[in-house]
Amino acid sequence: MSRAPTFHGIHRPESGYAIISRNLGFRWPAQASALTFPDIRLPQGESLFLRGPSGSGKSTLLSLLSGLSSLQAGEFHILGQAASILSRRQRDRLRADHMGVIFQQLNLVPYLNTLQNTLLPCTLSKTRRNQAHPSPADEARELLTALAIPESHWQLPITRLSLGQQQRVAAARALMGNPALILADEPTSALDATNRDRFVDLLLTQARKRQASVLLVSHDEALAPCFDHELSLEELP
Amino acid sequence: MNLSAALRLSSASLWHRRGILALVTITLTLSVMLLLGIQYLRTEVRQSFTNTIANTDLIVGARSGQLNLLLYSVFHLGDATNNIRWSSYQSLKQDPLVAWTVPLSLGDSYQGYRVVGTDDNFLAYVQFGNGQSLELAAGQWFTQLFDVVLGAEVARAMAHQPGDDIVLAHGGGRVSFVNHNQTPFRVSGVLAATGTPIDRAVYVSLPGLEAIHVGWEAGVPLPGRTPSAAQLETMNLAPDSLTATLVGLKNRMMTFRLQRQLNQSPEEPLTAILPGVALSELWRLLGQFEKTLLGITGFVVVTSLIGLATVLLTLQVHRKQEVAILRAAGASPSLIASLYLLECLLLALLASGCALVIIYASIAASSDWLLQQFGLAIGVRPLDTTEWSILAGVPAAALLVGILPALRAWWRSRETQFGTTSTE
Repeated sequence: MSRAPTFHGIHRPESGYAIISRNLGFRWPAQASALTFPDIRLPQGESLFLRGPSGSGKSTLLSLLSGLSSLQAGEFHILGQAASILSRRQRDRLRADHMGVIFQQLNLVPYLNTLQNTLLPCTLSKTRRNQAHPSPADEARELLTALAIPESHWQLPITRLSLGQQQRVAAARALMGNPALILADEPTSALDATNRDRFVDLLLTQARKRQASVLLVSHDEALAPCFDHELSLEELP
Repeated sequence: MNLSAALRLSSASLWHRRGILALVTITLTLSVMLLLGIQYLRTEVRQSFTNTIANTDLIVGARSGQLNLLLYSVFHLGDATNNIRWSSYQSLKQDPLVAWTVPLSLGDSYQGYRVVGTDDNFLAYVQFGNGQSLELAAGQWFTQLFDVVLGAEVARAMAHQPGDDIVLAHGGGRVSFVNHNQTPFRVSGVLAATGTPIDRAVYVSLPGLEAIHVGWEAGVPLPGRTPSAAQLETMNLAPDSLTATLVGLKNRMMTFRLQRQLNQSPEEPLTAILPGVALSELWRLLGQFEKTLLGITGFVVVTSLIGLATVLLTLQVHRKQEVAILRAAGASPSLIASLYLLECLLLALLASGCALVIIYASIAASSDWLLQQFGLAIGVRPLDTTEWSILAGVPAAALLVGILPALRAWWRSRETQFGTTSTE
């Protein structure tokens, strides 16, 4: 199954890679010096662990790659598309159709229940809805089961779930509709060691099963062995 | 933009914040109720007002302004500046253009309610509403000299029924120091409620009204000169004058001709008015007050809507996480903004719907009571164009005031970042 998105009239894909970035840089308005990021080449279907201490720009890098922030320097390709030249609207569409995103915490929409939160990407993207197999509802149930969310919790308000369960629901939401790329920003920082290992294991297992690429940033080096590739922001020159 | 997704999210969001938003919605519902209710009542009262008198082509009285004549003859407000001679009334009655006349003689009162001296034509020809005739709810129309028929409100307020004796007071005030104690009247009947001033008067025969004034001078009975009731029964009690008369024509095309003829009468200075024209003029005067009231309630609705926008703006602080998640999941800033607009719209629609249901339920539950207690004929009917426009204006205004929080949300959601799960 090919996951490369097709954007007519835009750069031809650099096929085979989920992310290719070169010379990315970003400076916040109040910041004296610009953040610079290492070049990334993440093959499709593989996982990358990006480590770095607080303030090293991990979240900023994910904001750039996800298209939430506008690029100031460098270029990058997402799933073969020159994402750095896309408009904000096109970046939003690329993210909606082909990316799953997991935040550090407070990952779920408070007024939607577990199942509705999982189905959110299919609510916002027709592509994700069409890619859900066999149907969005069936895939959501399959994902929640695979990520160890008991069926009795599917209709519950998310405030009734534990933190670990909430993060696993966020992972289910990110994987919903078979996106080609999962971006996770310190998703285990609020979890204990047992829940952390369980979360990462479940996330990567499901991502590999679906041939999705994963870019996870964290300061927790203990996670590194679980990933195909590893990169450190501290290694910047 | 996926409208169905936005609608689903907005509905879920509103339900999630129902605790806080319920108060705003109640405020908005009350203000819409006030606005729509006033417009509804305004329409009903105007209808009721213009239907106060029907089937009458002309009202004729002594020379005065048309509003004055209308007020004292139909609404029993104020007093006539002069009377019309009985002979003039007889001439009018004989006029070949005239089909019927209803004499009206005012002056006395009963517990503050006007006493109207008239004849059988009052029951036969006076109509109200859309041509509804008067009916007796109990008893019969007066046949004896000292029979009296009560308007519905008088009977209710004074708890009278046929067979009761009442004593009329001299003069038109609520408090009178001179009563017609020697000549009590017996209630022969009670008129059915009409929702018009007819309910607030008592009706006696013209000879009856004359009879109670025999032997009176300068507003007081002359000692030893007031005959007994039995003596009065045998006397000729034709009145000398009348306060006014209602006139129905054989051919309505002749109305203006007769009006001109009466207004130019060389025998006596008279004024003949068209009831519809006079009522419209009176309504124009009273309508200013209602327009002002409607304007004030309009401001109440606007204030409520601004309150709604303020609450939504305040809630934005608590919705940073939700907006960040939606943006990360692919929602565009436009979709985020549309959530705020839709929430405003849905709340306004809910408030308008609730207001409509409450108004209809209240009217349905109280229409009989209003008619019985206050003589207000207000019934359930479909909304008219103006009322629909007002109702539709509420969601439209809500969309307008929702633009501010929506724009703010749109702008802030463009700057959503990873790591903060916030829009700041």
